[in-house]
Amino acid sequence: MSEDDEDQSPATDLRSRNKSRNCISSSSSQTFPDHVLENVLENVLQFLDSRCDRNAASLVCKLWWKVEGLTRSEVFIGNCYALSPARLTQRFKRVRSLLLKGKPRFADFNLMPADWGANFAPWVSTMAKAYPWLEKVDLKRMFVTDDDLALLAESFPGFKELILVCCEGFGTSGIAVVANKCRKLKVLDLIESDVTDDEVDWVSCFPEDVTCLESLAFDCVEAPINFKALEGLVGRSPLLRKLRLNRFVSLEEVHRLLLLGAPQLTSLGTGSFSRGDQSQQEPPDYVAAFRACKSVVCLSGFRELMPEYLPAILPVCANLTSLNFSYANISPDMFKPIIHNCHKLQIFWALDSICDEGLQAVAATCKELRELRIFPFDPREDTEGPVSELGLQAISEGCRKLESLLYFCQHMTNAALIAMSHNCPELTVFRLCIMGRLRPDHVTGKAMDEGFGAIVKNCKKLTRLAVSGLLTDQAFRYMGEYGKLIRTLSVAFAGDSDMALRHVLEGCPRLQKLEIRDSPFGDVALRSGMHRYYNMRFVWMSACRLTMGCCKDVARAMPNLVVEVIGSDDDDVNRDYVETLYMYRSLDGPRKDAPQFVTIL
Amino acid sequence: MIGQLMNLKETELCLGLPGGAETLDTPAKFAVGNKRGFSETVDLMLNLQSNKEGAIDLNNSTGSKQKTLLKDPVKPPAKTQVVGWPPVRNYRKNIMTNHKTSGAEEASSEKAGNGGGGATGAALVKVSMDGAPYLRKVDLKMYKSYQDLSDALAKMFSSFTMGNYGAQGMIDFMNETKLMDLLNSSEYVPSYEDKDGDWMLVGDVPWEMFVESCKRLRIMKGSEAIGLAPRAMEKYSKNRS
Repeated sequence: MSEDDEDQSPATDLRSRNKSRNCISSSSSQTFPDHVLENVLENVLQFLDSRCDRNAASLVCKLWWKVEGLTRSEVFIGNCYALSPARLTQRFKRVRSLLLKGKPRFADFNLMPADWGANFAPWVSTMAKAYPWLEKVDLKRMFVTDDDLALLAESFPGFKELILVCCEGFGTSGIAVVANKCRKLKVLDLIESDVTDDEVDWVSCFPEDVTCLESLAFDCVEAPINFKALEGLVGRSPLLRKLRLNRFVSLEEVHRLLLLGAPQLTSLGTGSFSRGDQSQQEPPDYVAAFRACKSVVCLSGFRELMPEYLPAILPVCANLTSLNFSYANISPDMFKPIIHNCHKLQIFWALDSICDEGLQAVAATCKELRELRIFPFDPREDTEGPVSELGLQAISEGCRKLESLLYFCQHMTNAALIAMSHNCPELTVFRLCIMGRLRPDHVTGKAMDEGFGAIVKNCKKLTRLAVSGLLTDQAFRYMGEYGKLIRTLSVAFAGDSDMALRHVLEGCPRLQKLEIRDSPFGDVALRSGMHRYYNMRFVWMSACRLTMGCCKDVARAMPNLVVEVIGSDDDDVNRDYVETLYMYRSLDGPRKDAPQFVTIL
Repeated sequence: MIGQLMNLKETELCLGLPGGAETLDTPAKFAVGNKRGFSETVDLMLNLQSNKEGAIDLNNSTGSKQKTLLKDPVKPPAKTQVVGWPPVRNYRKNIMTNHKTSGAEEASSEKAGNGGGGATGAALVKVSMDGAPYLRKVDLKMYKSYQDLSDALAKMFSSFTMGNYGAQGMIDFMNETKLMDLLNSSEYVPSYEDKDGDWMLVGDVPWEMFVESCKRLRIMKGSEAIGLAPRAMEKYSKNRS
């Protein structure tokens, strides 16, 4: 997660070339024929798994670069536009697994028009020829079409794992082709993706004999499924461990599935968790079904929860390490009896409907908690928030091992943040969203500077930070001074002047991903970061104070940086104003598939 | 408790109808359900606009940097919703505001363009083939002629045909005997549903007219398509004269 990218900046490429020049003249390759050395190296390097290690090894000398390229089987590309598919296949010859990320995260929030890009098509068509042995594809925020999926299914006979996270552009017909043609498929995970309903019975498309399926997740598919076919599929998938159902699977149907395969399952997404057939007098014994789930450690779903059935999950609570209630509007009274049993819980996602009271219950029981995400049931600015600094304070006192936090609320205080910074030294991810813009500490009335300052200062392992509330330049001064390990920073409606951004750009040496919206940062700030941009994955700035002239200057000064300006140009009175800037390093120059509303400087 | 209150409010209102905007002078603080109706409307409009024009300038108009600390207990009348704030993904928002209805789902997937064009400007139609387990979608605007379309369809469904379809291509309507031969064979022929809801054989009208009127494609066995042919010829001769 926090390792370096595969794509190296041009600066480091230059370094490696220099190094290799020195290396060749004095290396022992003069005594052994190259191919022997290569073989030896291959046998050694194949054991390197970590991206970081491999990147380092490839910089040793040309030979190592070449051999590392031959032995790397898993490639991570953090920005699909940082290089072309051709470059991938030229450098790495034996790739079996690809992890590819496309759109920037702010695209999730409608800050970018549709059809911006991040098309999977050129990647799949290039890999179809170069890597017929490809086994795994993991995409995030990419645009994938049914044709892409069809090509994938046809081109890779040994294909095993397809994971699509936050993707779109395809439908159930594409899924059907994959199900039908990928005979060795082990993993089909569709996570938070936008899947069109093509009225296709894709579940029936799996082959008729015993499957290799280990994980099937389709909770995001907004289309009814053929339950009988699913039952049959589960029945003939002896290796199935993870099953995440969509909301069109009722509680009775889950019951039937559990009868089939409960003991093997480790992860269960429970579908709607409501009764499909209300006419039945005697509901099946749900508790017994869950009691049979002896191996379940991860529970999610509850898409249309009927609260009276929630206690059915009690038998599995003691084993749970991961619980996702974030689609269920659960009140504190419903929640407390459940959470009381979850002593082993490490990952917990929920809606703020559990209130501060619910969070206190979590704090009292879940001493092993590592990750907490609280989403707003009502994501608007001016509502009464059910969670506040009280809940956060309780969590910080009860869950000392906390590493990752995402917290939506209406009110917060500096005191709570300061407390958390002292109580939870293991924090690596801290994302606080005070939904009211520019909202100060609601007890003292001061800006939230001190609170966030304490977080960056005391949480020495912090790598990801998202800030909110009323923040002055001081907060950013703290970030620049203490945030030495920060890789990802999200800023919205914050800061007073260019100095704020300058503090960050000058003070945070590990900064990789910077996303800023609606903040008063302009040209001076942008220019102050030019020494960093080649070492970053991307910078996003929207609704700030940038001018076209400055962006052009940056583009001119940094030829390996692709500078995209996104926005309407037809009715802008002030054409010099830059609505959205998205810039990233690239080894292969500007992309050729940019739509009309994107201007590449 | 709060949750139940919200649910009651939900059932009171007509969800998702743009016309159902509430008046702003209701005591808005705690009537969460009422407010949601209005802001959903605004949100929806914003979403549509943002697809066309990129990020909206609402940010600028409402984001006036009020550094004065607002301590008033009564919130000011609802600020216009800002695009993408709070940063909750549409996917999650849609799930929460839409349990059983499909209104919001259509809004979120409108750009997928199910069933022919709309906002994207493409002419997307579903293509089904008798006997094949799944549908495909094609964008008719990507092709310039029947031959183009025929080649593409052949490629798409090649694994399901008996191998005959590709060879013949589209039916030649000019030649009536050839047509009848084809229809009598087990070869597959493409048919389409036009704007009037009639099922016609593909190839009877000029290409551009076809693209305009075609709503859905179905590739059926020749023997089954016989019933269509006379009607198709009729419509064709009507168009000609």
